Amino acid sequence: MSTQKTDPASYPRAEVSPPSGHLFPHKHLLGIWNLDPTAIKHLLDVAEGYVDLNRQASKSTETCSGLTQINLFFENSTRTLMSFEIAGKRLGLDTISMSTGTSSIKKGETMLDTAATLNAMHPDVLVVRHGDSGAVKLLSEKMDCAVINAGDGRAEHPTQALLDALTIQRRKGSIHGQTIVISGDVAHSRVARSNIYLLNAMGARVRLVAPPTLLPADVDLLGVEVFHHMEQGLEGADVVMMLRLQNERMQGAFLPSLREYYQFWGLTREKLKAASDDVLVMHPGPMNRGVEIASDVADDLDRSAIEEQVEMGVAVRMACIDVLTRDLRKEAAQ
Amino acid sequence: MKMAFTNARLMDPATGLDELGSLVIDGNIIEDAGASASTDGAAEVVDCGGRVLCPGFIDMRAHAVDSEAALAGGITTIILQPNQTSVIDNDAMVERIRHRSVDSQVVSVYPMGAATQGMNGEQIAEIGQMQQSGAVAFTDCTKAVSNAQVMRRLLEYAKHFDALVVQYAENPELADGAIAHEGEIATRLGLVGSPAAAEAMQIDQDVSLAKLTGARLHFALLSSKQGVEAIRRAKAAGVKVSCSTAPHYLHLNDNALEGYRTFAKVQPPLRSEEDRVALIEGLADGTIDTLVSDHMPKSADVKRLPFAQAAPGVVGFETMLALALAPVHRGQMELMTLLRALSTKPAELLGLTTGTLKAGSFADFAIFDPNKPWRIEAEKLLSDAKNTPFDTLPVQGQVWKTVADGMVVFERD
Repeated sequence: MSTQKTDPASYPRAEVSPPSGHLFPHKHLLGIWNLDPTAIKHLLDVAEGYVDLNRQASKSTETCSGLTQINLFFENSTRTLMSFEIAGKRLGLDTISMSTGTSSIKKGETMLDTAATLNAMHPDVLVVRHGDSGAVKLLSEKMDCAVINAGDGRAEHPTQALLDALTIQRRKGSIHGQTIVISGDVAHSRVARSNIYLLNAMGARVRLVAPPTLLPADVDLLGVEVFHHMEQGLEGADVVMMLRLQNERMQGAFLPSLREYYQFWGLTREKLKAASDDVLVMHPGPMNRGVEIASDVADDLDRSAIEEQVEMGVAVRMACIDVLTRDLRKEAAQ
Repeated sequence: MKMAFTNARLMDPATGLDELGSLVIDGNIIEDAGASASTDGAAEVVDCGGRVLCPGFIDMRAHAVDSEAALAGGITTIILQPNQTSVIDNDAMVERIRHRSVDSQVVSVYPMGAATQGMNGEQIAEIGQMQQSGAVAFTDCTKAVSNAQVMRRLLEYAKHFDALVVQYAENPELADGAIAHEGEIATRLGLVGSPAAAEAMQIDQDVSLAKLTGARLHFALLSSKQGVEAIRRAKAAGVKVSCSTAPHYLHLNDNALEGYRTFAKVQPPLRSEEDRVALIEGLADGTIDTLVSDHMPKSADVKRLPFAQAAPGVVGFETMLALALAPVHRGQMELMTLLRALSTKPAELLGLTTGTLKAGSFADFAIFDPNKPWRIEAEKLLSDAKNTPFDTLPVQGQVWKTVADGMVVFERD
């Protein structure tokens, strides 16, 4: 890996104000990579408004009533699927969910045929998760409605990055200038990729901490600093985002054992001493306690933002659905 | 019947001939070629208008016969790979392909036999019998014979028959599950990558075995700088190895995968810009012996899938010459070197009598205008499928006529 390090905070950034017209000039939300800081900030601003709504007793709005949302999950998920369902329902959409277990995918239908079938039912929002990188983009080419990527392979998980950003922004005041550590299985993680793009775009300093076997090739070229020693990587960190270690990576070629992983890369109170005093600890869930994170760190109410992340998830997904259907609703109103 | 092709830039890499003159054929045999060749008694005279006339191209790596497309690309001999619907791993299969080829009498088709039974990488295939039936080389095609003991025995056995073994050079463990070149692009797109080292280490291992056994070994499809360097070292040490690459590796790097373009999915994967440049240098200095199309028609059904699930492969017959001429136009390579890689060299490696314009040879040749500008249009390709990553690309150099077995079998205005 190249030793040249760049400070992302020093990158020239586009003015955070709209050039003209749309603040979010995209039909779909497929990833963070192709979003500029204006678009990201707009989504976060809208989401901020929904946080308050979600804390009221009456949480439903009629904003998107009459519209149909289909959640199409080719890969199993509980949290993300529920979060999208709740988001859709609170905005007043008719929300239907379809998982691989119940769909005709198992009958051998190709993904694009499924897309064509769903398209014929005229949904207004399609939320898709798929196990292959790039699959959601391919599917979006066949759809007339807005498509939201709920995670594709190892490539992107944009709503997760947005909810993480919203959490950081609310707790730290701003993302710009923060030193943010992403630690764990970066190689297989779409969450890590989307977060790297988003945090870089918003001017954070991003560090990765992981054993070499869990880092993808040339990852430093994405504008991050790479550390293998956790204590070094955590030095002065403002935020630590832990990644889930997937069960299938735990044995065999990637790591010798969970015990060893926890000793060197598990986030413990002891290791966290290297970070700044008010460090924020995050995790996309579900956690493996005692593997990538110690229970006392995860449950530390002063530092851990893990439950808040889940809360922000609903607000961010409402914002995405809201923003992507605005034109449609405007047309309908006229 | 005598036919004369006059006013042609005759180029024969086998003899070094490069002069303006005529080529005269009698039936399916070349009678004479050169500035002083007599056209007397020719029943038909074709004025080539100064275009290049060279031996018909011999494509050492095609996965389908697709003869119309081949002839449009100046290819008169196709070496069919053994990865057909049923693997070509016995003499009956070889004979079937040879007979079909003789019947069609247009483009010559020679099969490569599988190197191991069912291309399983474990048990040596019936090399002797397949060779008798007309197989010109032996390969497991898109799989490396990676077990060193199997490879050693394969080489020893093939040496007895003076058979050429063709190895797909990519270490299967390092390339396990890989669909892209390991690097920044694969990392960002979230695709599993295989490092260039997978190619170099397979080559290094097999070069040692070629040295040990003294057998003739060819590497099917180089994709990396490290691979070129490994071959260069082996050749300098006097080991009997040779290798090929394909035009897409000279033209594209892994940036072509941007947007998950499955038409740029090939095996081995498109690698970095540094690799691309090194491959051109390797072809120009003769480290890379032959240029192949790796022609692999794939329908939209198997390409319009998520990148990981999509079939690899591109169609290459009709675009091979034009793409390969680009480094010549840029002054990076001699035209004669390119033509040698397309005709004389593969003929030599495979023991074919074509690949030259010498008097007495079979009349298989191509006539092309090296400068003619045109645009590749996928829909206009004659191939069975249109899976080219070069759609809409402007190129320079086009085949004008193709002559196979003494007959003009393809021509355009």
